[in-house]
Amino acid sequence: MDAIEARGISKKFRIVTEPVHTLKDRVLHLRGQRHEDFWALKELDLSVPSGQTLGMLGHNGSGKSTLLKCIAGILLPTTGEVRVRGRIASLLELGAGFHPDLSGRENVFINASFLGISRKEVDKRLDEIIAFAGLEHFIDNQVKYYSSGMFVRLGFAVAVNVDPDILLVDEVLAVGDEVFQQKCLDRVAEFQAEGRTILFVTHGADLVRRICDRAIVLDHGNLVADGAPGEAIRIYREHLHGTLNEAAAPVAGEGHRHDPRIRITGVEVRHPGRPERTYLYANEPLTIAVHFEASAPVPDALASIEVFGHDRTVVFGADTDALGLDLPTLEGRGTIEFRVDSLPLLDGAYPVGIALKDRAHGQMLDWRPPEETSFEVVNRSRVVGRVALPMTATLIASSIPVAS
Amino acid sequence: MATSSPSNELRLVAPRRTVSAHLSDLWEYRELLGQLVRRELKVKYRDSTLGFAWSLLNPAFVMGIYYLVFQVFLKSPIHPFPIWLLSGILVWNFFSGSLAAGTGSITANNYLIGKVRFPREVLPLASVGAAAVHWFLQSLVLFGVIAAFQTGVAWAYIWPFLIALVAAIVLAASLAILLGAINVYARDTTHLLELTLMAWFWLTPIIWQWELAAGKLREHGITTNLLLVNPMTPVIITFQRFLYGKAALGTGPGRRVLLPEGGVTWYLRNNVVILAVSVVLFLLAIMLFDRAEGNFAEAI
Repeated sequence: MDAIEARGISKKFRIVTEPVHTLKDRVLHLRGQRHEDFWALKELDLSVPSGQTLGMLGHNGSGKSTLLKCIAGILLPTTGEVRVRGRIASLLELGAGFHPDLSGRENVFINASFLGISRKEVDKRLDEIIAFAGLEHFIDNQVKYYSSGMFVRLGFAVAVNVDPDILLVDEVLAVGDEVFQQKCLDRVAEFQAEGRTILFVTHGADLVRRICDRAIVLDHGNLVADGAPGEAIRIYREHLHGTLNEAAAPVAGEGHRHDPRIRITGVEVRHPGRPERTYLYANEPLTIAVHFEASAPVPDALASIEVFGHDRTVVFGADTDALGLDLPTLEGRGTIEFRVDSLPLLDGAYPVGIALKDRAHGQMLDWRPPEETSFEVVNRSRVVGRVALPMTATLIASSIPVAS
Repeated sequence: MATSSPSNELRLVAPRRTVSAHLSDLWEYRELLGQLVRRELKVKYRDSTLGFAWSLLNPAFVMGIYYLVFQVFLKSPIHPFPIWLLSGILVWNFFSGSLAAGTGSITANNYLIGKVRFPREVLPLASVGAAAVHWFLQSLVLFGVIAAFQTGVAWAYIWPFLIALVAAIVLAASLAILLGAINVYARDTTHLLELTLMAWFWLTPIIWQWELAAGKLREHGITTNLLLVNPMTPVIITFQRFLYGKAALGTGPGRRVLLPEGGVTWYLRNNVVILAVSVVLFLLAIMLFDRAEGNFAEAI
């Protein structure tokens, strides 16, 4: 049975260019306010079977939050309708119903009643909620004295402890400390195990891959992909690139000091397998070409490369010496190519730092910081993590029966 | 985790919903209504030392002033004047307070509209609920005065009185819902309402007596039913009839009529009409609210 069934959902927003709020203005502008229409959602259909965890991807302004709000009933669609089976708890705006002048305890009751939960039910779960939020000592303080973290924790605690059938999550896991984030993810996993339906809006592709059964991608209010998380993430990245390429290309940094004899004139990332793509799949070849120009002979030079992870740790670092290339005296123009035949990385954007050094003194001749060069790998498979281990799974058939 | 919720309940999110869908939604959220009324009262008195005593002090003070002005200085023949005054003015205060708070209720809670789902009508209804709690508390002052003067109430009029009470609440709720929705789109409704309520107050027989206007109309050969066009008039005079306890003062040639002397049936009939009108108005208000609420989140 479908937990959520949306049919032909459109949402029009009016962007008012000259707001009219007063009666006088209303009379003067009998024809109405000056406005532009903006369609945040366009004729969207979506069914979510009960028990599924659905990831929703899309760049900012793609309509994913609007869709979530329409499903939650916070916004009413302009056309179309949504049928929702079961109780929804939304983690869209945690603690949104909180009144600053009331205590945490009083707000728990009000917040729960916004979710349609009776006082009696809340009474039963109050201790659990307070413990989950970790606010035992502050629950009777006015909420206006809470930190934003405490605020969100309490809101989350109410939402997940009221026994929802459907949970809507919108980027909330980004708040709170790591311990709380882990608590939230544990609770989401628990919900999945209990067969509840979860809708999950996030920019974190990894999170989608890890916890979702299915993912959709929205772009300008249209559903552009719907399927397995890996495939959806690939399409999401493609659309994201489409949007980014419209923006101005980053200006190459030329201003830094370098040795007067030699400079790096360019670093090129090549995908020999699929030159037309802006990203790679795991196990495809990659070449990074470093072009240089030496106005005077530079003896005893070496080139080094460092590949960084998203957290700026070094994933791989090497120089021409270590790679077994003994560079001769460099003169005039040339190119040093770093080549990987089969890239054993799974997913993410990898910044690349390049340097030319003087081997004898360890002195830097010229370099390109990792902000300027990067390559991207997209994971199409259902395996997760950073490294594409060439792993296989085998069953060694056994003829010995299991004793029962 | 105990599963007690009916997980098969189906909820529809659509641009338009029927009145009955609105009503069942409201019924489901009745607990929220209670919470919001509580919240409104708590927040109002949170930081005040006297707390709820303020709602009692207010009518006591008003009563004192009007008593001085009308009974001591102007020598009004109505005695005891405080009972007469409070029996009309408390229900009026409830009515005008509901409308004033209800009009601003949706815009004041804008931080909820775009973020939480609940039937939006709950907000104006919570304003009416909070005003009703004040009203009932303030009525304690009135009952205290009735007990002190030992005048007693006209028990024969208990049914018209109860119907008038319900009618006043339904009427206030309808108008609060209506005005709350309108105020989202035309913010100066609040100011317009203030003026309207002031005029309405003096058009309703609260300080003056029904017979004052009715007598004048009769002199000119106009039907006194004209006075009943104001829906608050039958409500107020019924309250006065029941709580003040008599329709006329004195006997013989000095007899002075205050209220209509049509008997229980007259009061009953008029209040049933007002109640019916209020219920229809309530349904209309919900219909209009349904049309208006689609753009609340953006307009706020």
